[in-house]
Amino acid sequence: MTQPISATNDFVVKFANVNGSGSASANELFARCILRMGVAVASRNIFPSNIQGLPTWYEVRVSGEGWLGRRGGVDMMVQMNPQTWERDIDEIEPGGYVLYDSTKPLTTQKTRPDLTLLGVPLTQLSNTLEGTIPRERQLLKNVIYLGALSALLGFEPAVVEELIRKQFKGKNKLIGLNMKAVELGHSYASANLAGKCKLKVERANIVGDRIFIGGNDAAGLGAVYGGATVCAWYPITPSTSLAEAFMAHCKKFRVDPETKKNNYAIVQAEDEIAAIGMVIGAGWNGARSFTATSGPGISLMQEFFGLAYFAEIPAVIFDIQRGGPSTGMPTRTQQSDILLAAYASHGDTKHILLFPEDPRESFEFAADAFDLAERFQTPVFVMMDLDIGMNDWLCKPLEWDDAKVYDRGKIMTAEELEAGKEFGRYLDVDGDGIPYRTLPGTHPTRGAYFTRGTSRNRQARYSEEGIDYVDNMQRLLQKFDFAKTRVPQPVERPARAATRWGAIYYGSTSVAMDEALASLEARGLFVDVLRVRAFPFADSVLDFINAHDQVFVLEQNRDAQLQKLIVNECAVDPARLVSILHYDGTPITARFITDAIAERLTLSRKEAAE
Amino acid sequence: MTYIAKPKFHHRAIPTNALGYTHRDYEGRVSTLCAGCGHDSISAALIQACFELSIEPHRVAKLSGIGCSSKTPDYFLGQSHGFNSVHGRMPSVLTGANLANRELIYLGVSGDGDSASIGLGQFAHCVRRGVNMTYICENNGVYGLTKGQFSATADKGSKSKTAVNSDSPIDLVSLALVLGATFVARSFSGDKTQLIPLLKAAIMHQGAAVIDIVSPCVQFNNNPQSTKSYDFVREHNDAVNRIDFITPRAEITVDYAPGTTEDVKQHDGSIIRLSKIDESYDPHDRARVMGYLQQRHAAGEVVTGLLFLEKETEDLHAHLNTVDSPLNVLSEKVLCPGSAKLAAVNDGYR
Repeated sequence: MTQPISATNDFVVKFANVNGSGSASANELFARCILRMGVAVASRNIFPSNIQGLPTWYEVRVSGEGWLGRRGGVDMMVQMNPQTWERDIDEIEPGGYVLYDSTKPLTTQKTRPDLTLLGVPLTQLSNTLEGTIPRERQLLKNVIYLGALSALLGFEPAVVEELIRKQFKGKNKLIGLNMKAVELGHSYASANLAGKCKLKVERANIVGDRIFIGGNDAAGLGAVYGGATVCAWYPITPSTSLAEAFMAHCKKFRVDPETKKNNYAIVQAEDEIAAIGMVIGAGWNGARSFTATSGPGISLMQEFFGLAYFAEIPAVIFDIQRGGPSTGMPTRTQQSDILLAAYASHGDTKHILLFPEDPRESFEFAADAFDLAERFQTPVFVMMDLDIGMNDWLCKPLEWDDAKVYDRGKIMTAEELEAGKEFGRYLDVDGDGIPYRTLPGTHPTRGAYFTRGTSRNRQARYSEEGIDYVDNMQRLLQKFDFAKTRVPQPVERPARAATRWGAIYYGSTSVAMDEALASLEARGLFVDVLRVRAFPFADSVLDFINAHDQVFVLEQNRDAQLQKLIVNECAVDPARLVSILHYDGTPITARFITDAIAERLTLSRKEAAE
Repeated sequence: MTYIAKPKFHHRAIPTNALGYTHRDYEGRVSTLCAGCGHDSISAALIQACFELSIEPHRVAKLSGIGCSSKTPDYFLGQSHGFNSVHGRMPSVLTGANLANRELIYLGVSGDGDSASIGLGQFAHCVRRGVNMTYICENNGVYGLTKGQFSATADKGSKSKTAVNSDSPIDLVSLALVLGATFVARSFSGDKTQLIPLLKAAIMHQGAAVIDIVSPCVQFNNNPQSTKSYDFVREHNDAVNRIDFITPRAEITVDYAPGTTEDVKQHDGSIIRLSKIDESYDPHDRARVMGYLQQRHAAGEVVTGLLFLEKETEDLHAHLNTVDSPLNVLSEKVLCPGSAKLAAVNDGYR
């Protein structure tokens, strides 16, 4: 007979809830309790495009080794949604656990003999909370199961209390009520379920000074630190919370203490087209501006991207990628806008893309994006995804160097114009392909020019002469090529033994990749890796590929988009590249990567032996 | 002849304005539009309006979409930055530019194809946001650059050389009123005396000022059956008022009979003096103005003049409570919270 799973600091708990039931904050508290005990967690929301009534899940991976990717599989299901009972039960690993509301006995519901059922009469217990209305009792049921879990898994009571006090700071009545709910769950589980759960959390020292933060929140803060003053956006999952985070951080950090006026402007536009139009208008006029959107928004903005590229106007775009095409899977994650963004708009265009791996890098790249956009006078895309954007990730604390000065790029001042410095809007004076620009209103008689999406000569005068057009297009190419030395460079990590195998990955795949590499290594399989952090690609990407016989390219899309971009842009033999693709809308897992790479490597060894 | 460069010399006795600029300092490049195009008259009126207002030319930003009208910002205010953006999207680009620097004067130049078809949504939203701008629609009822297709402002039954328009027209003036524009006017490119003071008042208006200017297309829509032709507008022009725009420093020289004028003081101290032509017309009653426009349009008349004016206005910056200085001059000292605050932020995420 299958024994109940026994594990300390290494298991997965999944909460099956109904959306709109207020479970999110209790579930997040659960994750934070474990973090406070020094054990790493990786949490992921799996939710529908809906506000109330449909199933939603929250998965918490507890990892004493510090792995932050999705593991795959569920050891304990906290089952609070009758709609999904059957599929949730099926998903549990052999010997796993189910915590459920036992107010009504299980009658017709399917169970499995190998599972340990942990019944807690949540509804009945919540009804004993005096002075509450039904809606409050519904919310408190979530806190009661948190209390029960804290007993079953062995949380330190002080940790739970501390977090509840922090969450409801200043609201003593709520602290009392929530603590009462925790106690109800805790004492019920202690009295009735003692010894039944062999999953445990033990204090460890894995977390250190790390923080637990979502990518959209971090990127919104990065935009504040990076000096963004204009944000124009249109609501779209999964990017909405980025604009909202920017707003929240601005309210905290960007209100003039004396006048109480705002050092920022945020406009919720009428659509994505207007949003990018405002960003470009503001960028043209010298303000650091951005929009946050997802795939459908990027599709709508195409014409404007071409204008900004051709007329050379800074703009920052956060693309929080979701499952496409069309409306696709709006609440699932993918990396499927790479080609769309890289060559956005008609005609010959190319854009700078940044690929942050987690919320910390989202913060950093968000701030850097404004420097790059102004330095190169062009749109810069920060390519995040739903997994990074909408989930809290454990990552290193955010850092800022106070010595940093914003790079406002080549802007000719009134003084320079007055002194007679030559100005030609599209004149390459420094040999890097980047011309000088002037801001509107600078000088009474010098430096004014007409910005247009039509072809022009170096002096910004309308011209459809082939020679002027080609001159301009070649300069744009030169400028783009120069950008590859200034964007975040790839991060290489050689394997511990020499190998002819390499792997390239980017973005949210990072956490799963780290873990996969460790398990491959444990099996004696070695792969050198390179994490791409930006497009245009640094020369080291090509060098890396050429240094290996075969290079895996790991992506979360169907069409191997980054691989195609590499083949397109680097003089590389496509036969060297092998795609590993995960695109079902869930974050890629270490198990998936390990299996895919191990299969290839083992096969190749066999072939070599034959 | 558009290939001949405009000569720079001028008579030494040419008048100067309060800043010492001459009329020539407000000109742009030579127009490439057709001879007789209404749009060129509007450019000339803009030049005159800015000269008379003694605006520093470089403190104006000119933004446009795509089309004949959108080409015109190249033909006036050569010392101003111009931005010929994409079709129908001038309003969003202008909004963004205005957010970046509230100190400049923003002229949005568009046409009826640009504003009433592809850009109708953006037109609506920049008006309802109260962006501080002068939104000029050079309205000729056709797409000139693509050779004469009807636009959405063409009247039902209007005829071109080859077709009859069977769709209902969109009236941007009525729309602007519904959307909360605080300054709404209509004029005619062929009536400089009416147009110049209207442009001056619109430019100095603190908020969204919309001027629909009927501007005949001599090439494709100036035929007798067109309601956007010179002859038609001259014959059916129902002007409800005349205005004078009086800057704070100007001397008031003209006397009016008592009771026939109304002075509306603007935020900068200047005065819009309304001389009523139609006694019963009240340009401060939005609902009645809308009714009047509907009735006169049904009667085949083109109502012109300062159609609506709100006395107390506030713009998008007031709604957003932005700082008084332009956002584009703020440095990291003001904008970046710094590392000490970040340490506290990090603590909040533990």
